[in-house]
Amino acid sequence: MHILAFLIRRAVQAVIVMFVISLIGFSIQDNLGDPLRELVGQSVSEEARDDLREELGLNDPFLVQYTRFLGNALQGDLGNSYFFKRPALSVILDKFPATFELVLGAVFIFVSLSIPAGIYCAINRDSWLARIIMTGSIVGISIPVFLTAIGMVWLFGVELGWLPAFGRGDTYELPWGWDTGFLTWDGLSHLILPSVTLSSIMLPLFIRLIRAEMMEAMGTEYVRFARAKGLSTRRVRYVHAFRNTLLPVVTVGGLMIGTLIAYTILTETVFQWPGMGFLFLEAVNRVDTPLIIAYIIIVGLIFVVVNTIVDFIYTLINPMVKLPGAKG
Amino acid sequence: MPMLEVQDLHVAFPQGRKSEVEALRGVDLTLEKGERLGVVGESGAGKSMLAFAILNLIAEPGRVSKGRIMFHGQNLLDLPERDIRALRGNRISMIFQDPMVTLNPVLSIGTQMMETLRAHRRISGAEARALCIAKLREVAIPSPESRLDAYPHELSGGLRQRVVIAIALLTDPELIIADEPTTALDVTIQAEIMALILKLCRENDVALILITHDLGVVAEVTERLMIMYAGKCVETGATDAIIKAPHHPYSAGLLRALPQNAARGTRLYQIPGSMPPITALPTGCAYHPRCARATALCKAEIPPLENGAACFHPLTAPEEVP
Amino acid sequence: MISFKGFLRRFLSDPVAIGAGLVLLVLVLMAVLAPFLAPQDPYDLMQLDIMDSELPPSWKPGGDERFWLGTDAQGRGVFSTIMYGTGISLLIGIGAVIVQAVLGVTLGLIAGYKGGWIDSFLMRLADIQLSLSTLMMAIIALALFQAAFDANIYADYAIVMLIMVIGIAEWPKFARTVRSSVLGERKKEYVDAARVIGLPPRKIMWGHILPNTLTPVLVISTIQVAEAIMIEASLSFLGLGMPVDRPSLGSLIRSGFEFIFSGSWWITLYPAIVLVALILALNLLGDWLRDVLNPKLRRGED
Repeated sequence: MHILAFLIRRAVQAVIVMFVISLIGFSIQDNLGDPLRELVGQSVSEEARDDLREELGLNDPFLVQYTRFLGNALQGDLGNSYFFKRPALSVILDKFPATFELVLGAVFIFVSLSIPAGIYCAINRDSWLARIIMTGSIVGISIPVFLTAIGMVWLFGVELGWLPAFGRGDTYELPWGWDTGFLTWDGLSHLILPSVTLSSIMLPLFIRLIRAEMMEAMGTEYVRFARAKGLSTRRVRYVHAFRNTLLPVVTVGGLMIGTLIAYTILTETVFQWPGMGFLFLEAVNRVDTPLIIAYIIIVGLIFVVVNTIVDFIYTLINPMVKLPGAKG
Repeated sequence: MPMLEVQDLHVAFPQGRKSEVEALRGVDLTLEKGERLGVVGESGAGKSMLAFAILNLIAEPGRVSKGRIMFHGQNLLDLPERDIRALRGNRISMIFQDPMVTLNPVLSIGTQMMETLRAHRRISGAEARALCIAKLREVAIPSPESRLDAYPHELSGGLRQRVVIAIALLTDPELIIADEPTTALDVTIQAEIMALILKLCRENDVALILITHDLGVVAEVTERLMIMYAGKCVETGATDAIIKAPHHPYSAGLLRALPQNAARGTRLYQIPGSMPPITALPTGCAYHPRCARATALCKAEIPPLENGAACFHPLTAPEEVP
Repeated sequence: MISFKGFLRRFLSDPVAIGAGLVLLVLVLMAVLAPFLAPQDPYDLMQLDIMDSELPPSWKPGGDERFWLGTDAQGRGVFSTIMYGTGISLLIGIGAVIVQAVLGVTLGLIAGYKGGWIDSFLMRLADIQLSLSTLMMAIIALALFQAAFDANIYADYAIVMLIMVIGIAEWPKFARTVRSSVLGERKKEYVDAARVIGLPPRKIMWGHILPNTLTPVLVISTIQVAEAIMIEASLSFLGLGMPVDRPSLGSLIRSGFEFIFSGSWWITLYPAIVLVALILALNLLGDWLRDVLNPKLRRGED
């Protein structure tokens, strides 16, 4: 496939996704939130309300209102949070570093464990360790992430008391206003339980996937030919077989982003991790409409951006997709 | 001492928990330096198994259960994996059946060629590159310099098989095992590729084991012939002699089934029945249920390979073909 | 394909399959017979006594003979709520998978049989929907639903909402499977034969192709029920699913979570064990079914 076709397809998909999300966002605003509640109290007369309604353009036709919403959204104006009395977007973005670092920790854990474990289980299919890992992986898939979280809090946080189980600990503010927990011991120790929990559901999925793909690659003719060429076992496994395993793994990885974000909501809830997911649930309970909309739009953006990155990585490792200008 | 001598080779696969079935049931062959041998049989006869067994590349869970594979007087089955790996792709090369799946889709042609050289020679990158280009030229690939950076999907099937042949020749092997090298190709390209293999073997004095189900190709390319049926060699000898006067009824049947041997306007001959799977072999000679000459003896005992044919009732004259 | 007898023989020779089947059977019976077997009716407010709240399991000091696994904060017997809760979890899981299957099989058949732009459109949509993730879509949909409606209305429609949301969000898994087997079947001769004798496409699809795609549908159904139950539990845990007065296993764990650190661990632990056992049994059976019926289908490929 040509890179240009790929970019166009990506862009079209991104626009569709963002369009749908903006529609959802708008209809929430239209139906759920009453902007007047925020501006005036209950004591204003019905006539004054109607005048204000007219003034704010709330009686305009749908399309006009939607365009206005879209225009504001594009300028980063999603309204003020009812609860925080601040722009909803900045309230959400303040919590972004916490969620991002949690996800980063989890991704680091499950990538660095699932690759060796998956390869090991593919190569030593019948060894007792591989059997234990595979049995463990199906058990792992069957435990909901919030139960893992509760178990972690109970065992390591309460019973053993080894690790902090709530909150983010001390953070350090980087020059561009990013609060990081990576630079303090306290922050790192707070990160351990939540990120282990978040990776616990992805890890078995990836182990099973890598194992299956690796086994398939090991059975192909090109791997047999590589062996017939007298290459070392290492080269056959890690260059010939594993390189081909990466393609489907990256694809599935891209498909898991949405799931991962959903699991951050569960994880953050149990660990009271001050991230976007925790904030979102609070916003739902308080019916803080602008905040709900801001969260949905940010998640949509993250989704589109990460998917594009994943697709880009895919083109890098798959020679069948070529950059323009390269011969072929 | 012959270059390669395979003695009483058995390959077994587990069936169920305890029992095993044999895919090869005692195969012998000898090959001198520069000699070209054809191995012919229907699919499932064990031809490919023989090829992979020689390089100790039988796919799990199969295993060589018995026999010896002597290469220059050394039993390859006794060699540690390290030493046999030094032989593979170096002194003994293979050409696989389907070039569309033989080359790794995510590695460039150059990588796949040079890694073979690097595995067997201490050689600089520039030298390796020059040698790869020379070999690509030898197999008549146009503009070989630019092909090194290409990926397999950018080449046609015919070109890919030429690349595979070039890889097989890279290390100047003494023996090439070609497992149906033209079966997966377009008919128009088959003859070209076969001629190329023959030419390169002759020029470089390379021995060849050509595995095929096509007796016509064997007649053109090989000097000696071995016919396999259900995991055993049923007839072996000089290619010309067998084609002129086969002794085993199965060889005779195969020859008679060739289209060029049928008289114009008559129906093509077909050997009645089909080869039994290795899991359900009949007693005695495995061919007896399909053989017009079979007797009670054929049903009871396995005929030994004597005077080139494993048959109790061999054909003695060409016109006797059933 | 495999005969019923061969199927049964393989089942009986596999201890893992038997174990998973037994666990599932026990849980299903427990849920179905809850109204007859449960010591209390947790929905009947008259039977509840606030004096009974947070009693430990009966074998612990302070335990009460009437409440085998202890009681929760409202004085409901944990054992009884688990029996009823398992039923609700199963009902939502199976209901959602029926919705998924009906939607997915229909759309998959149409995509595979018609091809062309319909196929591309449906599959594109399936891609996007799969990567958005069911749980994420369900969280957002239910959060909006809850914010928009009164809590009492919400409680009334929670079961239907959960079934519909999980059902609609997960159709692509069935659609993809059915589509790929339709593409395989379409090339076969019997479809040509049916077309030659002039059967309309609808009849060919439903009468001839559909029966041949049922094996993979059966395999993924089992795993999908497990997944639907897991999603439902997650939603209820977040407070977006079943309300506390008609709890599923997830809402039981949610209501117990508050008390786990004050020492009343049994309110959380026992529903959690039942939930994991239910999902694990379904996953193991699904894996086993896949191995027996269709070795080519693999998890993770979607």
